[in-house]
Amino acid sequence: MTETIQKLGLGIFLIGLTLFCALVFLGDYELSSKQFEKVISDKGIKSKLFIENINTTIIDKKFSGPFKFSSTIISALEISNASHKKNKEWNKVIWDKPHNFSYQIAKEAGSGPIKENKGLFWFLTFGLGIFGSLLYIIPNVITLGPPGIKNNGIYFNSTTNKGYLGWFVFIFLVAFYVLLYFFPDYIINWTYIVDPISQSLSGNLASQWFLYGFLYCTVMTVMAVRMYIKYRNNKYQILRTTSVLFFQIVFAFLIPEILVRFEKPWYDFKNAFPLDYDFFFSWNLNSLIESGGFGLFILVWGIVLTLVIVPVMVYFFGKRWYCSWVCGCGGLAETLGDPFRHLSNKSIGAWKFERWMVHGVLAFSLLMTGFTLYSYFSGSQAVLGIKTQAIQNIYGFLIGSIFAGVIGTGFYPIFGNRVWCRFGCPLAAYLGLVQRFKSRFRITTNGGQCISCGNCSTYCEMGIDVRAYAQKGQDIVRSSCVGCGVCSAVCPRGVLKLENGPLENRTFSPEFPLGNTLK
Amino acid sequence: MNAPPIIVIGNGIAGITAARHIRKKSNKPILIISKESTYFFSRTALMYIYMGHMKWEHTKPYENHFWKKNKLNLLKETVTEIDPKEKTISLSNESILSYDSLILATGSVPNKFGWPGENLKGVQGLYSKQDLESLESLSNTINHAVIVGGGLIGIELAEMLHARGKKVTFLVREESFWNNVLPKGASEMINLHILSQGIDLRLKTNLSEILENENGRAKAIRTDSGEIIECQFVGLTAGVRPNIDFIKNTTIASNRGVLVNKYLETSEPNIYAIGDCAEQQEPLENRRAIEAIWYTGRMMGETVAQTLTGEKTAYHPGHWFNSAKFFDIEYQTYGVVSAHPQEPEIHFHWEDLEKEIAITIAFHKDSNLFLGINTFGIRMRHEIFNQMLNNESTVFHVMEHLGDCNFDSEFFKSYEKEILSKFNQDYNKEIKLKKKSWTRIFNSKIAK
Repeated sequence: MTETIQKLGLGIFLIGLTLFCALVFLGDYELSSKQFEKVISDKGIKSKLFIENINTTIIDKKFSGPFKFSSTIISALEISNASHKKNKEWNKVIWDKPHNFSYQIAKEAGSGPIKENKGLFWFLTFGLGIFGSLLYIIPNVITLGPPGIKNNGIYFNSTTNKGYLGWFVFIFLVAFYVLLYFFPDYIINWTYIVDPISQSLSGNLASQWFLYGFLYCTVMTVMAVRMYIKYRNNKYQILRTTSVLFFQIVFAFLIPEILVRFEKPWYDFKNAFPLDYDFFFSWNLNSLIESGGFGLFILVWGIVLTLVIVPVMVYFFGKRWYCSWVCGCGGLAETLGDPFRHLSNKSIGAWKFERWMVHGVLAFSLLMTGFTLYSYFSGSQAVLGIKTQAIQNIYGFLIGSIFAGVIGTGFYPIFGNRVWCRFGCPLAAYLGLVQRFKSRFRITTNGGQCISCGNCSTYCEMGIDVRAYAQKGQDIVRSSCVGCGVCSAVCPRGVLKLENGPLENRTFSPEFPLGNTLK
Repeated sequence: MNAPPIIVIGNGIAGITAARHIRKKSNKPILIISKESTYFFSRTALMYIYMGHMKWEHTKPYENHFWKKNKLNLLKETVTEIDPKEKTISLSNESILSYDSLILATGSVPNKFGWPGENLKGVQGLYSKQDLESLESLSNTINHAVIVGGGLIGIELAEMLHARGKKVTFLVREESFWNNVLPKGASEMINLHILSQGIDLRLKTNLSEILENENGRAKAIRTDSGEIIECQFVGLTAGVRPNIDFIKNTTIASNRGVLVNKYLETSEPNIYAIGDCAEQQEPLENRRAIEAIWYTGRMMGETVAQTLTGEKTAYHPGHWFNSAKFFDIEYQTYGVVSAHPQEPEIHFHWEDLEKEIAITIAFHKDSNLFLGINTFGIRMRHEIFNQMLNNESTVFHVMEHLGDCNFDSEFFKSYEKEILSKFNQDYNKEIKLKKKSWTRIFNSKIAK
């Protein structure tokens, strides 16, 4: 019975997912001259060459699917830009990223059943996906057996053990992020189906970032249901899951969208610099300063958050208060990523790589911000001969898009769910330094009770070899620990407890684990 | 010419701990011999491989490069003979090795009691890596398994097979699970828990014989009441015995295990025995001569390492402690709680059967001296109880400081008030709970 329901749920989910994917290829694109005039005036396009080219190749022509439409616009853009650059007509060059530019035109030009039936297609994709996955997840209450740690079969499952399904999920996620970050003009249809929700919140049509935010919240909510069932014996996990879900939906999604409705800057109050790496970029500073008292409040809040609130909270509770209770990246990792947590690499080699990498990104982000602020206040475009814009672009591409998105989430099924947090997040590196050297947090080892079974290390998403400490009777103080609490949950002998206590002897290591008198 | 090494036979927790601690203090050559696996693994984790929680590589507490780095040489071979006079051992590949000192850490083998059919295909214990491999190779052909023997390995094997979707019948000779260790109340709670998991638990039931099919494989068992239970697998988990058959034909004195004095020395010079295979000639008070426990194996390893690095040290473990997990119920014990207490030992027992939580505290009827605690479904701090036992605290002191003792995860419901109120009621006291103190907790942690 339960098995039938789960199979049915999986089937419905896959139908929803297939339709969602199919949307990319559907729809017609036809740009009217009226719509184009609006684009020309909105974007302030001065290139006659481009306008003429579009008039002959695009206007009033019907394109089936987004690809030809996009490539035609982009080739017109490239031809005109090349010519203007050659003639040094800098004001005629269109500086937008080609696919972002094409996105803005395509969003206007799209037509067809999806644009006309947004609600229906929302239901056929999101609706079926949510319904199907809940149907698949909720019977776990019965199939998992009585409350307790039920990791049965994780290493026999193709999805969670890097089998072909795992690789399939990997390819799917990577493809999703590549489309989202680099080809938004291909996913116009996805944005159409969430337009009504976007309009009801901010009043605007949905951008690809609104789509991403909405999808993010949806995925987290559904997978949080799974967490509630899987860890229903563990109140720490239940509260933690509720907390990350709350901060994602309210702080990262609802509040910023509502701020936009009131013509305030879009701002996520919990997203601390340097994770929020463009906080000090001149466009953001200008936008904050231009929006008056509220903008200034955000500016001050952002600085205080990073310099005071974050480290003080880490002192009292460890970096977990942020990384596994508040953060959005952590929130996705702890919900969607939970089935993959054991895939993190536990070797010493990985730990060494991690330290170079994550602190390197922190240094890079601080350097970039230094350049940015210098340029902002001095007005010069370059520092020491390096263009500030160039270094910002490199950071945004390598760290902001590739690392945080494509690798950070795409690689869940291969390298585990905290690849970004462990190797790439500059905020995690900063919090880690505080946690390692000045924090009351540690994972206490319970005397000599460890039996070296390795459940803790296996299920540590940050790749910490927890057992190496526990079997020595040493408490665990590690900069990378995000305090998810799963090592403690899976320990079969009650050896591990996350707690905040006095700083003295926090890294004390006994010569022998408790139990032997050696008289 | 190279000096002969310290040879350790067996790479379980006892042998490996000995080798590691010798290396910490000395540069002597060390050779560890085992046929079971090249690298040390945690025996307690074998069950998690079968259940799909882990893979083999996760059971290894040290990465493969650890051994070379620490100059601990590993040899995957079987030792066939020991010659204490020549100070040599022979291997099954017929080579002969000299030793400087020899540490026997050969562990256990599952007990067999001469049951008809006990050597059939599909009949085995669960102790070694090879046992696990054998079970895995049979697994696809098992629908129904019978487990014989209600101890810790028995219940783990039941959990393993159950996790893989097998129907499990669990034969327990006693009238309640593990009641030679657990007092009545707790033992009965575990009975109910086993049943609630869907295990066919048969108390007061013995195995009479194992029946064979035409291919020489077990097809059913017959119980002592004559009932025939069809099955494709029989797990023999009626305890373990020291794995010393190859030592029996040497001059090293042995009984059930290799006999050792308090320095873990055998009857032959420069030969020591530690862990499951060692039998104490003069067991310490309240302790058994053979303790096949992870923790005691570790402590004997630590002890013999001191002796072999110049500081002759007697085996003197501290207060008894142990732990286990019965399906979803975690169990910890500190100090001594007798299964069948005799005055002056008396027991205070509190339980919440619906939540499957219980504690039993043993104390002295007259002096109120705290003797020990069993806890089920509540985690407790080892250091705090160790200190209370060291300080010869009273049961009243323990009850007052339950807040310090608790080791459950943050936000878990605490039962201290309920426990204390039952205690006050049972013994007509008015003890009040003291606030949890970080100072006391962390002082107990660093106190030696």
